[in-house]
Amino acid sequence: MPPGISTLAADAPELSAANTGFMLICSALVMLMTPGLAFFYGGMVRVKSTLNMLMMSFISLGIVTILWVLYGFSMAFGTDIGSIVGWSADYVGFGNIGVTELWDGYTIPVYVFAVFQLMFAIITPALISGALADRVKFTAWALFITLWVTVVYFPVAHWVWGAGGWLFEMGVIDFAGGTAVHINAGAAALGVILVIGKRVGFKKDPMRPHSLPLVMLGAALLWFGWFGFNAGSWLGNDDGVGAVMFVNTQVATAAAMLAWLLYEKIRHGAFTTLGAASGAVAGLVAITPSGGSVSPLGAIAVGVIAGLLCAIAVGLKFKLGYDDSLDVVGVHLVGGVVGSLLVGFFATGGVQSDAKGLFYGGGLDQLGKQAIGVFAVLAYSLVVSAVLAFVLDKTIGMRVDEDVEVSGIDQVEHAETAYDFSGAGGGAGSRKDVPTTGETVAAAGQNKKVDA
Amino acid sequence: MKLITAVVKPHRLDEIKEALQAFGVHGLTVTEASGYGRQRGHTEVYRGAEYTVDLVPKIRIEVLVEDGDAEQLVEVIVKAARTGKIGDGKVWSVPVDTAVRVRTGERGPDAL
Repeated sequence: MPPGISTLAADAPELSAANTGFMLICSALVMLMTPGLAFFYGGMVRVKSTLNMLMMSFISLGIVTILWVLYGFSMAFGTDIGSIVGWSADYVGFGNIGVTELWDGYTIPVYVFAVFQLMFAIITPALISGALADRVKFTAWALFITLWVTVVYFPVAHWVWGAGGWLFEMGVIDFAGGTAVHINAGAAALGVILVIGKRVGFKKDPMRPHSLPLVMLGAALLWFGWFGFNAGSWLGNDDGVGAVMFVNTQVATAAAMLAWLLYEKIRHGAFTTLGAASGAVAGLVAITPSGGSVSPLGAIAVGVIAGLLCAIAVGLKFKLGYDDSLDVVGVHLVGGVVGSLLVGFFATGGVQSDAKGLFYGGGLDQLGKQAIGVFAVLAYSLVVSAVLAFVLDKTIGMRVDEDVEVSGIDQVEHAETAYDFSGAGGGAGSRKDVPTTGETVAAAGQNKKVDA
Repeated sequence: MKLITAVVKPHRLDEIKEALQAFGVHGLTVTEASGYGRQRGHTEVYRGAEYTVDLVPKIRIEVLVEDGDAEQLVEVIVKAARTGKIGDGKVWSVPVDTAVRVRTGERGPDAL
């Protein structure tokens, strides 16, 4: 997030129709990332818990939207209270925001900024769900989201992006959410799985993805939506920084995908679809905090480093025995940390701010700030998320029964199954014209030759 | 009549089908199946972790034949299915009491 852009007029900014239109489109792009994430995760689980996985992301669109309007925006972006959290009565229920009232220092209305930031608040808890596949009660998850955004996301967004937030004031660079979104969600995922434990059959059963085409579709939607997430985070287009971010997003993602695939090919002998999708997401995560401060060549370095380290990290969960089911920790936490720290090395000082990284003669100053930002968000989210999961587990219970988990959570929690392939049967009792001889049926079955 | 059942490697299906057609068998039923024999599955690596996969994919072929043809047909299937490596599968036959062609009501060998 930029520290207040300088418009050409140099006076108080005026509403820009171009920026407002651009930011509304970016908000819609970021919204699409959450269903994209649902597909990305949904394809990765086994067939019996597909719908649950989709719903864990989708429900966030419902819950977080309402909370954001009621009090979330006020907590994250209201007037600072002690550098920890915000609060503005005007923002409660979006009750007293003027239609043309501009977000302070920018050329877009408060409404636009609020809805853009809402989409970030929605996807962040949804990211956590990938670590909890197959085994969490849906009501417990819905409650977890409610509590988590309230005590973790809203305050942390204030720390990182809110005027007066302590990390923001310190000068930690997080362009679009490496700390507030990805480290935050990744650390929360780790905190929750430490409490709820692993899936039945973890390590014994390969638990391979049931639909890799769905995973690819999800990764593609994420990649597409991420342009809004990243380029939109500059909140306007008056100085070209958003365009650099857009380019770097594409470049780092490409590099990370290639790095992951190469690692996989050398190490395990095949270029997997899952590796391509995961590598792309790792690159997107890593460029999120850093894309506004590095050059395109720097973005290649960020992508390659993130792709490699994340590919190595996802193998560790088996060695360490933690069931981070769909690699939220390995991709989002590791990728977020890598991207946030690399700002301290690769920041050129010539894009979003004049802060220079180690490789551009800036010394260790920025790296130190980045490390504080990374550690603070990681530690806070890890501890508080584990406590929330523990409390929910002791009260209403976080996990479904083992029987439910083994036979499939979809049927019990959602009363549906993802796919119904049974074409036979149905409607016998209400048919008007029941064939009695073989003639009609045989005729229908024959000569079905099709030129194709 | 006899029911011959063969559980074999999926990639041998076409050879078996052709061999049966050449022999003059009029119909067969194929199902995708999974299982293991003495080889007890295999190990595979995915996303950096190694797993034992117990049940490996197989296909199950069922053919109804006249008593006199059974022994020879078992041989035909075995020959077409064999690769010489572990996991080639099994073929067996059992006696069948009745067979009816649904469309015409013909029974016994006439229904084959």
